[in-house]
Amino acid sequence: MKRSNEPVFWGMFGAGGMVAALFTPIAILITGLLVPMGIIPGEQFSYERLLAFSQHWLGAAVIWVVISLPLWLCMHRLYHTLHDFGIHAGNLVKALFYGVAFAGSIACATLLLLGLV
Amino acid sequence: MSKRKPYERKMGATWWLKNTFHTKYIIREGSSLVIAIYSFVLLFGLFRLSQGAEAFNGWLAAMSQPGWVVFHILSLAWTLYHSITWFSLAPKAANIWLGQKRVPDSWIVSGMYGALAVISLAGLILVLI
Repeated sequence: MKRSNEPVFWGMFGAGGMVAALFTPIAILITGLLVPMGIIPGEQFSYERLLAFSQHWLGAAVIWVVISLPLWLCMHRLYHTLHDFGIHAGNLVKALFYGVAFAGSIACATLLLLGLV
Repeated sequence: MSKRKPYERKMGATWWLKNTFHTKYIIREGSSLVIAIYSFVLLFGLFRLSQGAEAFNGWLAAMSQPGWVVFHILSLAWTLYHSITWFSLAPKAANIWLGQKRVPDSWIVSGMYGALAVISLAGLILVLI
């Protein structure tokens, strides 16, 4: 019998679930509400500050984790929810769903690495 | 694909509304939709950041439009629901022992809420200093 690739995806799902549970609420609050509504002054979230943050290795790591890992949680859950609604998708659809998470992770890493060099 | 043809019970699109447990399950899984969209919103912000100040400020301006503010309020509530369900499941996934005694579930759950509080506070301090 072929070995299942499920543990790999499940590991990314677990890591993503943890990041989404612990980091995403404050990220949404800051980038989606407090800054756009002007409660946090614009200069605290300015282009210069954000660029400097993204060009520091630690800042880049934080941005990558917050953007990429939750995608693995979401695409895993959305793929399995298809089944709950009677869509028994095959490997092509599975590749498509995890491919979105993979592509997002790589795109994010590429943008950050281009800034770091 | 497998050649076997398993029996499939026909279920309507609203099966998950007939039982509270299932409804809560689908609501939890549904948080994936807004969290995934939020990830791509941030990724696009990072892309605009890489294009310079004008592009980044354009992204920031878009974020203050009412539609996006509503999206973020909805996402925040829905993500917090994911957090609550994740924390309540955490003791079932973790099996931590202190000597001969298993760490009580309530300690693990409280620890997760504590971590959420510390990380949220750290995020606010980071952006405000």
